[in-house]
Formats: sequence, C-alpha cells, structure tokens
Amino acid sequence: MTSSSDVRSPARGGAALALHGAVLGRPGAPVVHGVDLEVAPGEILTVVGPSGCGKSTLLRTLAGLLSPLAGQAGQDGRPLTGPAADRALVFQEDALLPWRTLRANVELPLAVKGVPRAERRRQAGAWLARVGLAEQARQLPHRVSGGQRQRAQLARALAGAPRAVLMDEPFGALDAQTRAGMQDLLVEVLHGTGATVVFVTHDVDEALFLGDRVALLGNDRLTAVRDVPRPRDRSAHDDPARVALRREVLTSLGS
Amino acid sequence: MTRRPLARHVLRTLSLAAALGLWQLLTSLNVDLWLRFSQFPTVADVARTFADRLAGPDYWTDLTDSLTRILTGFLLAAVLGVATGVLVARSRLAEDLLGPVLEVVRPIPAIALVPVAILLFPSNEQGIVFITFTAAFFPVLVSTRHAVRALTPVWEEAVLTMGGGRWRILGSVVLPGALPGIFGGLSVGIGVSWICVISAEMISGQYGVGYRTWQDYTVVDYAGVLVGMVTIGVLGWVTSTAVELLGRRLTRWLPRTSYVPAGRMPRRARGTAAAVPVGPTTKEGVPHDQLV
Repeated sequence: MTSSSDVRSPARGGAALALHGAVLGRPGAPVVHGVDLEVAPGEILTVVGPSGCGKSTLLRTLAGLLSPLAGQAGQDGRPLTGPAADRALVFQEDALLPWRTLRANVELPLAVKGVPRAERRRQAGAWLARVGLAEQARQLPHRVSGGQRQRAQLARALAGAPRAVLMDEPFGALDAQTRAGMQDLLVEVLHGTGATVVFVTHDVDEALFLGDRVALLGNDRLTAVRDVPRPRDRSAHDDPARVALRREVLTSLGS
Repeated sequence: MTRRPLARHVLRTLSLAAALGLWQLLTSLNVDLWLRFSQFPTVADVARTFADRLAGPDYWTDLTDSLTRILTGFLLAAVLGVATGVLVARSRLAEDLLGPVLEVVRPIPAIALVPVAILLFPSNEQGIVFITFTAAFFPVLVSTRHAVRALTPVWEEAVLTMGGGRWRILGSVVLPGALPGIFGGLSVGIGVSWICVISAEMISGQYGVGYRTWQDYTVVDYAGVLVGMVTIGVLGWVTSTAVELLGRRLTRWLPRTSYVPAGRMPRRARGTAAAVPVGPTTKEGVPHDQLV
C-alpha cells in the first residue's frame, strides 16, 4: 500500500495490523488465546480489559517485541519479524531516557533514522512546540511534570513518523483533568499523520471517546470488537447508542 | 542553625592543626606511655625531610613512576572492566564462557599475584601494571555487570521500537544508563589500585613512592617513611577526587536533590545544586559513595 519511494512524504498511509489465531504471552506463559484481530489502516482501535488480562502483551506482540506463541502477527499482509521504526510504542511512564533532555529524547528516533543533526533539531523542536513543550525543551525528564513527560513521549513517538502508534495506557498515571487534556491533544496531533493507533486502557470512557472501534479483552481471550458511534466527540457522551455500548462494555468487563 | 562556609573551613583547618600540634607535642616530649613516641619523627623533622626531598630529583622521578604505573593499570582496567561487564551482563554465551574463570580469579587478592606477575612478565614494570590492573578490574567489572542488569527494560524497548539496533542500544541506553554504577566501581577501583601499586613497588619495584618508602624504612630513615606516607595519601586523594568529579560531571542528569540533607547548604545555593555539581554538596550528593 505504501511503496518505499514515498517513505519521506508526510501523508503516508497507516499500517494494517493483524493477528490470526494468535496465542500471546511470554514463552511458557500464554496469557491470551485464539486472538483474531484486524486493525484497518488509519483507524484508532482501543483495547479495554481488566489489569492482567494481557493488554500489554497484545501491544508488545504488535510492536514485534514478543512473537506470538502460536498463530500469526502481521503488518500489511506480511508476518512481523521484530520491532521496527514503523511501529512506535508509547509507555505508561518513565520511558524517556532520563539523561537526555526532552529535546534530545525527541531527537532520538530521528538519530536512529540517520537524519542530520540540524534537521533533527528543527523537527524535534517543532514536535515539542506542537505538544506545548517549547519552553521545556532543554529540561531533563525528572524536572517536568508527569503530564509533560507523557507529552514528550508522544512527541518522541510521532517524530519518527511511524505508520502505527501503539499506546500502553499512556495516560493511566495522570489525574482526570490532565488526562482529558491529553486525550484532546492526542486527537489533535494524530490528525494528518494518518497513523494507525492501537490504544490500550482500562478506562472505558477513554476507550469510547478515542476509538473508532473498541476491542474487549477478558477471560483469556478477545471477547468482542464493537464500532463506536460518533468517536472523538465530547458531546456524544449522552448519545443513546454510546450509552448502550458503554453499558454493554461495562457488563462484559464485570462478568 | 546553618554555619557559614567560611566558618566551616576555619573549623576544618583548626581540626587539622590540632592533630598536627598533638603529634608534634607527643614526639618532641618523647612521651612513652605504652604507645612509644620517643622513636617517632616530629612534625618538624618530617617537614624538613619533605622540603629536602622536594628539592631533589629522586622524589619527582618516584612520583611520575608511580603515577604512570597506576594510570596505565587503572585505565586498562576501566576499559576492559566495562567491556567485560557489559558483555557478561548482556550475553548468556559470554556469561557461560567467562563467568566461571572470573569467579575463580576474583577472590584472589591482586597482591597475591606478585609471583604470577614475576613469572609472566619480562619486566618488573609490566608486572606492577598488571597487578594494578587486576586490582581495579574486578570492582569495575562487577559494578558494571550489576548496573547493566538493573537497567529499566522500557528504555531498551523504546529504542528497539524506534528501529535501533544492538550498537544503538549499547551507545544510547546501556552505557549512559549504567554510568552511575560504573563510576561506583571506578571509585572503588582507584582506591584498591593505590594499595596494590604501593605494595607491588615495595616488593619488586625500582623507583616509585612505595619503593622509596620501603628503602627509607630499611635504612631507618623514619622521617623519610612518613614523607612517603603523606605523598601516598595526597596522591590517592587527588586521583580519587578526579574520578569522583568526572563521575559527577558525567552523571549530572541524576535527580539528586533528595540526597542533600536539609540545613547543610545555604538557601540560595539550593536551586543551583543540580546545575553546578561541583558545589558544596560533595559527599552527600554522590549515591555511589555508599558502595565505597
């Protein structure tokens, strides 16, 4: 779908990710069985489930950090062979390198790609400005707040122009107010990148706000995947279809 | 309750002066109360000998010889210790191949390797460097191995998902992340190196501070022995301070405000503690001091 010649153009399509009959977990310790999941290019798929149900395992498998114990994991119809710059991972917390300033952290994926220093600096500065951290660019991660660290992580993930962004409860450690702001920021910065997003969370409201579709994980397997009515629309909170879906998701998680 | 820096310096100088005064008093009065000070050189004797030595050429030859030996041995140990430590921590094959040998050799005190050094090396000089190297190698190796194993896994995962390979991870995650621990090992290593270089010089050296000190002892020049000891003390202090300062400079990113005990620093300096590591926070600011 994307030929290698247009890799540098900004409007590259998102990646299509798929799991077929996959058993996920660390070797000798399977967590989730028989997962069949297709993520369409450019969509935002949220994954909800109670803690310990294998959400992070699912994400690490899609990132290529873990191989499926059985079945297949693939991107654009080809099996995954390992982690790649194509699929960026955003962690819950403390994934910024503490000895690098925020700007140097955002520059890192560009350095890995071999972007020249001056260009690296410019792009990292632009990304930090975009997530509202222009002032803090030269600070070390432990000198800024948790919310600012997550913004920097978001900038770092997107700076490498990945075709898929995999997010592991990125706002899970933030207070409710900061969290809502971060959700809006995420929607805003994703706009125009075309990247596919898989967003793992244990917060049902967050999943229903962000996702085009929501996948429910529980009981050692993927229980359902549902389309979300009016995604990324704050006023849709009271939409009857949304309310019904929310009730269904909560019931399924509670069982 | 905070004392001003000036007052603290005065207090420290007074403490040193009092110790020297007591020494002078005990030795010049030839006090013999179980501890026998009658044979002990006075401060004035030592100072006079020191001044004589400083004026002669031998003292400086000894000094440069000892420094060359320790720096060569220590730098070799730093490079090879870090390399081996990273290798053993990151590769199971390396751990299986090198681990047993290292574990068996490690408990042997470096100074006990003098016979080995004499057998193996064509010259005394190389033997002394070898012993100094062995002394510093193991503390560096062990602390590097621990530091590398204790790295936060998400740092590596993050760089992997940026498409970074093995060397990128080594350069951008493993080495910088392990640096605080590595410097813990280097601080211990430089101290042990001094012990071993002096001992090795006493046993088999030609020139060198250790050799000179032992020579003075055999010809009953006790003031000379004490000059040697003071020299060793000062050299040891200077080199470990250099390692310490370098370490603090390279690990400036560590969040260290929590290590500064309340009330030890004037208020206006507190905000700049992280930016100016060579501030008045010396001992308390360095976490790896606890390893020493």
